[in-house]
Amino acid sequence: MPVEPEAFALFHIVDGAVAMIVVKNLYKSFGEVKAVQGVSFEAQDGQITGLLGPNGAGKTTTLRMLYSLLPPDSGEILIDGLDPSKDAMEIKRTLGVVPDSRGLYTRLSARENIEYYGRLHGMSNPQINGRVDELIDTLDMGDFIDRRTEGFSQGQRVKVAIARAMIHRPQTVLMDEPSNGLDVMSTRALREYVRSLRSAGHSVVLSTHIMQEVAALCDRIVIIAKGEVAADGTATELLERARCDSLEDAFVKLIGSEEGLLA
Amino acid sequence: MSGLLTVFKKEVRENIRDRRALFNSLLLGPVLFPLLFVGLMWFLESAERERQAQTLELPVIGAEYAPSLIRFLEQHGAVIEPEPENPEDLVRSQEEQVVLRILPEFPEKWSEGLPAPVEVISDPSRQESNAAIMRVKRLLSAYGSQIASLRLQLRGISPQLASPIMIKDVDLSTPKSRAILAVIFLPYVLMITAFTGATHLAMDTTAGEKERKSLEPLLINPVPRWEIMTGKMITTTVFAMASLALTLVAFRIVLPYLPVGAFGMDLTLGLSTLLKILLIISPVAILAAALLTLLASFAKSYREAQSYMGLVILIPMIPSLIFMANPIKAEAWMMSVPLFSQNLLIGEIIRDEAVPLDWYAMSIASTLVIGLLLAAMAATLYNRPKLIFGSG
Repeated sequence: MPVEPEAFALFHIVDGAVAMIVVKNLYKSFGEVKAVQGVSFEAQDGQITGLLGPNGAGKTTTLRMLYSLLPPDSGEILIDGLDPSKDAMEIKRTLGVVPDSRGLYTRLSARENIEYYGRLHGMSNPQINGRVDELIDTLDMGDFIDRRTEGFSQGQRVKVAIARAMIHRPQTVLMDEPSNGLDVMSTRALREYVRSLRSAGHSVVLSTHIMQEVAALCDRIVIIAKGEVAADGTATELLERARCDSLEDAFVKLIGSEEGLLA
Repeated sequence: MSGLLTVFKKEVRENIRDRRALFNSLLLGPVLFPLLFVGLMWFLESAERERQAQTLELPVIGAEYAPSLIRFLEQHGAVIEPEPENPEDLVRSQEEQVVLRILPEFPEKWSEGLPAPVEVISDPSRQESNAAIMRVKRLLSAYGSQIASLRLQLRGISPQLASPIMIKDVDLSTPKSRAILAVIFLPYVLMITAFTGATHLAMDTTAGEKERKSLEPLLINPVPRWEIMTGKMITTTVFAMASLALTLVAFRIVLPYLPVGAFGMDLTLGLSTLLKILLIISPVAILAAALLTLLASFAKSYREAQSYMGLVILIPMIPSLIFMANPIKAEAWMMSVPLFSQNLLIGEIIRDEAVPLDWYAMSIASTLVIGLLLAAMAATLYNRPKLIFGSG
C-alpha cells in the first residue's frame, strides 16, 4: 500500500479513519540475522490490529521498535505523529505496552507492582489509587491485589502486567502474544478486555501466532512471515485474496508454508 | 529526577523484604567477620598459653655425659625422658617435638673448658613445635651463661667483662600502635565488607531483573535509563554503607572481649574514630556499587553474575595482602590510589597517628572520581539493546 510522503508527515488517512500507528518499510538485522525486512502497516483508533505470523517471523522485533526499545536500521515509524527514535520519552507516555517479558517483582504485592509503574509515569498518589481501583474492577483482580506476586498463576500475572501497562491510561496499546500460556477462561477474559479497549476508542496492536485469536478479535490482520508482510487486510479481504474458505487455509497459502504454525 | 527516586524507593522496599539481601549485606559482614576475628584471637591466644603451660617432655640421649646439665633442666621444669631408639625418626614422624643429644665428647671438652657439643634435634618448619624448641634453647643458653659466669669468677674475672654492651629497650610505641593485627585485619575486613555488602544488590537489580524478565517492561516506562540505573546504584551503595556501619559497630562491641594482654593490644574504637573510618571508607562503597553494577549488567542471569563476583572480591584483598607481606610507610602519593589509601588511612587512625587533612581529602576525592566514572559507564550501559535482552 503506497503512502504519500506529505501525508505520512503527520497522520495517514486510510478509508477515512485516522491511522494512529504508521509503520513504513521497517528494517532490522542482528548481525547475520535479518529479523525484519521491510515491514509496513497501519493501525487505527477504535480498531484491533493483529500481527499474525509464525514464531520467529519478526513480530516481537517489530513491536520492540514501536515502543522504542530497539532502533530500526531503516524505515519510519509514527505513533500519534511521534517518531520513537526522536521522541522516545513522549512516545513512552502515550503507549501502554505488555511486552513478551512479563516479569513481576515477586517480593512486591500486585498493587505495589502496579503503583511502581504509576510513579514511574509521574502520577500522583491519589491519581494512582483511583486508577488502580478502576483496574481492579475491570480486570477482576480483587482476590489477589494485595498478595505478593510470588506463585501467581499465569492468568493473574498477565492481569497485573496489563494493569501496570494501562495505569497511565494510554491511548495506544501494544501487546506481544498476550494470551501466551493462558488457560481458556483467562484467554476469554483477556479477549473481552481487549474488546472493551476498542469500544473505548483505543488503538490496539497485538501480535500472535494463534489463528483463532486474530479471527476472534482483530479488525485488521497483518500477516508477517520471514520478516516481511505477506498480506494485510480484514479477515474477509484476506479470504477473498487467498480464495479460501477458512482463515487457516488462507494463512498457510499467504505465507506460503506451514512452518511455525503448530502452536 | 523523580524517576530516580521512585526506583530507589522501590528497590529499598523490595530488598528489605529479601532475606538473601539482608543476609548478605546486613548479616554476613557485620556478624561473621567480627566473630571470626574474635574467634581467631581467642584461638591463637589460648593455643599459645597452652603451649607455655605444658610441661616440657624432653627425651635426652647421653644424659650420663652431663648430669649437672640434666639437673639444671629438671630444676627448670623439664621432664627428662629415657633415651629413644631412633630420635630422628621420632621427630620426623612428629611423635616427639624436640630431642636433646649430648655427644660422648661432652665431658672431655667440658673439662678442657672448650665449647661442649649438644644437638637439638627438631623440625622448626612445624609451627607447633616452635615453642618447645625455643624453651630448650633458652634453657641451654641460660645454663651456658650461668656456667660462663662461674668460670670467670673462679678465675677472678668479673663476669661483666664478658658483657661489653648492655641493651636497654626504650619503647616509643604506644599501646595502640602495637595493635598490629587489628591494623592489618580491620581495613581488610572493611574493604571486603564494602564489596560483599554491595554484591547481592548489584546483581539482583541488574542481572536478577533481566533473569526475572522485568527489565524490558521497566525500561518501557518514560524514565531515562540513566535515572533507573542510578536509582539502582544508590540503593546498592546505601546497602553497602549500612553493611560497613554495622560492621564497625559490631567491632566496637566485640573489641572489649578480646584477650588484650597476649598481643599487647589496647584498641578501643571511640565514636569519633568510627565516624572517621566510615567517612574514609564511604567512597569505597560507591566505587564497589558502581563496579559491581557495571559488571553484573553484562550477565544474563544472577548465576552468571555470581561467577564474575568470585574474581572481583579479590580486588579489595590485594592492598591488604600487599601490606601484610610488605608493610610500607604511608606517603602522600599513595592517597590517590583507591583501596590502598583507605587501607593506609584506617591503619593510621587505629594507631592514633595524626593524619594530614589533605590526605583524607585526596583519598576521598580520588576514590570518588573513579567511582563516579564507573557509575557513569554503568548508567549508560542499558542504552545498548543487546544488554537488555541478554542475547546476541
